[in-house]
Amino acid sequence: MGARHPVSLSLTINGTRHDIASDPDTPLVYVLRDELKLKGTKLGCGLEQCGACAIIVDGKVVLSCVTPVEVFDGKAITTIEGIAETETGQRVQRAFIEKTAAQCGYCTSGLVVAATALLETVPAPDRETVKAALAPHLCRCGSHPRVLEAIEKASAT
Amino acid sequence: MSLDTYPRVCDWLTVKGDRIVIHTGKVDIGQRISTALMRIVQEELALPSSCIELAPVRTGEAPDEGITSGSNSIEQSGRAVACAAATLRRHVIARATAEHGGDPPDWSLDDGYVQRDNTNLRIALTDLARDLPDDLTVDVTLDRYVPSIAPAPDMRGISEMVQGRYTFLHDLDLPGMWHARRVSPPHVKATLHDIDASAVERINAKGLHVFRSGSFLAVAGPREWEVVKAATSLGLACTWDTGGGLPETDVFAQLTPENAKRFPVVNGTPQNAPVPDPDPNPDISSRFERPYQMHGALAPSAALAEWTSDRLIIKSHSQGIYPLREAIADSLGLALEQVEITHVPGSGCYGHNGADDAAFESALVAMAHPGTPILLKWSREDEHAWEPYAPAMAVQVDARLTDGRITALSAEAYSDTHRGRPRPGPNRAGPAKLLANRFRSEAMAPYVAPPNMGNHAGMHRNLDPIYDIPEARLVKNLVQGLPHCTSAMRCLGAVANIFALESTMDEAAHSASVDPITFRRAHLTDPRAIAVLDELERRLRPLSEGMGRGIAYAQYKNAMTRVGLAVDLTVTDAAEVKLARVTLVADAGRVIDPDGLKAQLEGGVMQAASWALYEQVTWDRDGITSRDWDSYPVIRFDNVPRFDITLLNDPGHPSVGAGEASPGPTVAAIANAICHATGLRLRRMPFTPDALTRAALLS
Repeated sequence: MGARHPVSLSLTINGTRHDIASDPDTPLVYVLRDELKLKGTKLGCGLEQCGACAIIVDGKVVLSCVTPVEVFDGKAITTIEGIAETETGQRVQRAFIEKTAAQCGYCTSGLVVAATALLETVPAPDRETVKAALAPHLCRCGSHPRVLEAIEKASAT
Repeated sequence: MSLDTYPRVCDWLTVKGDRIVIHTGKVDIGQRISTALMRIVQEELALPSSCIELAPVRTGEAPDEGITSGSNSIEQSGRAVACAAATLRRHVIARATAEHGGDPPDWSLDDGYVQRDNTNLRIALTDLARDLPDDLTVDVTLDRYVPSIAPAPDMRGISEMVQGRYTFLHDLDLPGMWHARRVSPPHVKATLHDIDASAVERINAKGLHVFRSGSFLAVAGPREWEVVKAATSLGLACTWDTGGGLPETDVFAQLTPENAKRFPVVNGTPQNAPVPDPDPNPDISSRFERPYQMHGALAPSAALAEWTSDRLIIKSHSQGIYPLREAIADSLGLALEQVEITHVPGSGCYGHNGADDAAFESALVAMAHPGTPILLKWSREDEHAWEPYAPAMAVQVDARLTDGRITALSAEAYSDTHRGRPRPGPNRAGPAKLLANRFRSEAMAPYVAPPNMGNHAGMHRNLDPIYDIPEARLVKNLVQGLPHCTSAMRCLGAVANIFALESTMDEAAHSASVDPITFRRAHLTDPRAIAVLDELERRLRPLSEGMGRGIAYAQYKNAMTRVGLAVDLTVTDAAEVKLARVTLVADAGRVIDPDGLKAQLEGGVMQAASWALYEQVTWDRDGITSRDWDSYPVIRFDNVPRFDITLLNDPGHPSVGAGEASPGPTVAAIANAICHATGLRLRRMPFTPDALTRAALLS
């Protein structure tokens, strides 16, 4: 089993500081979902292959399903629940709704997070840049064309 | 059909407070049936969307509409709800007239009210609908109401989805709930030989429980990550008898007449009759193949079950809660009334994935922990290796050409069953189709499906060409006992059959030196089919230098949505296919939710492009080797074409389902476009760089 003893960690999530005691090996997504009850971040593969668990750490998209929680100690994390705290995030959410850029919605959290992080750093990306930024993300319903349209819309306004 | 079993208005529509509640047995799996049903009621009853809600789809409460599959929801539930709403409309107007005077034409419906025109008399519709007579039956002869301005509600749930607040089954979190994971055998032939007892002791010492019945093994505990780790360590502590391993066979070599139960197919229906001899000298003769492919849901299957010592309460993302209830009750020796299943959304499933099996497995663990809700989740590897796959298929097409026309065509489909859902049937077919029953102490033998003799069912869906061809010879060849468990995936046999038929049409057009749209039109008399192809031709843009264009046309089940499309693509120096543009025209009859219909058509194109270019299940003696998204690649955002979709919306034609209309012709159009771009005719999916390179070397 090889479990280590819980350690005290401090995570700042969506602007709120959380002091937690956790097995330091636990992948962050389990801490978010099960300890902090932030269920918007989805678990799709646990292998960093599908993008459903994307979060933003220091402005960069990070997949949260493998990296242990201790790596995030002291870091500022934005999850889907905090995306609307920025104007860019709100714009992305509105554009996804306007373009109906989802079918089952399981990949949507990760895509909204990734799109927001992209537009925060590249406000008007071309289509190829958007495609490259979304390369780590899977959608199995085939909402891809609408997701690209939504991000184009969010970047143009 | 839904209305035959549930003929009363109150089976479909009831009043709760100031809202109309829609009751349906069809479940929303991302295909937006719930949005469409709400829109139907909004139109018929002129209600604001805030006055409509959908009842939970739960056994014992919802109408039993079997399985949500086959693009049937609009024609079954949609029609039932529409007719019930039309009947309710007539009822409330009759009641207003009786109570407040005037004649029915004096009354109209507006924004949730029944009002007498040119007066200020307005009564809430729900007040007039409240005491609905139980015996008010649905009148199917009433005209559908067509509003001048159609309501356009947002897709149900989208606002919550973009905020991460939409609740999937995986997100449920009940007080006292435990998580569970199964410990999967290496493959389906394996049986559990032994477990290192010290590993079980270490797990128990952490307050987790190990559940074992025969070779079915699972771990449960209060914290999910602890359970995941325990399942991994328990897997390492198991030794398995491999039962000879998986057969390392070339499945296509087994798809032959010698191995098959054979049935001639007439007008889409298999016959118990001798198979006629084939044409000895066809002008075109080709065999097309599709490998085993998986549904590959983004979220591995999950279910939540609680055993109250008397009742088994299950939440599942199954597409068929009533058949699943029967299979689970029978498996566990419970009365039907003791099992309740409620549908809770999972991720998109595209057919029979691991949902039903996970539901049964959560029940097995829950029965050992009375009073504790058990949320059992499959791992990514479980879903990849254990979901029932779409069967491998082969389709042999032979055609005779006379004066630039196809005058005779033979199509023979070969595959194992597409029908593995746990429906009840002879020899306890329901339980036999639940995976865990093959591994429990009282293990059941693998289920062998009888031939599906339904019209356009199973492998012979769309085997019948939609074209006017004087002589057609169609054969269904069921090859049973192939290596993997298979079941229903989006479109069933229509994918391989349309790939084969539409590739052949393309080849025939080429040999007749006629452009592919004109060639198809020359073989069609259905004016709606011709209208689709005419519109497609009008929408096409000039083709850029270096691109290939492929055309395909099909009508799903030869009776539902008509789709004509063109795929424009390039083939790179590395033999990769890059999709550039999809031009698609569809006729689905009267359109209820245009945006939802387009989304289904687009999604179908994207999924089929993934099948066509990337997907195939691989295995060896030691098990399935497609165990994650690296070993089973699928389409990603780097290969998304531009879309131009046109809907031919004729309100005079009944609405037909469209969720499975675009995938078949998409695969064919991609193959035809590759041939146009490179001269290479690819006849086995997927069209990977390796496959293109091999074809180039052989040509």
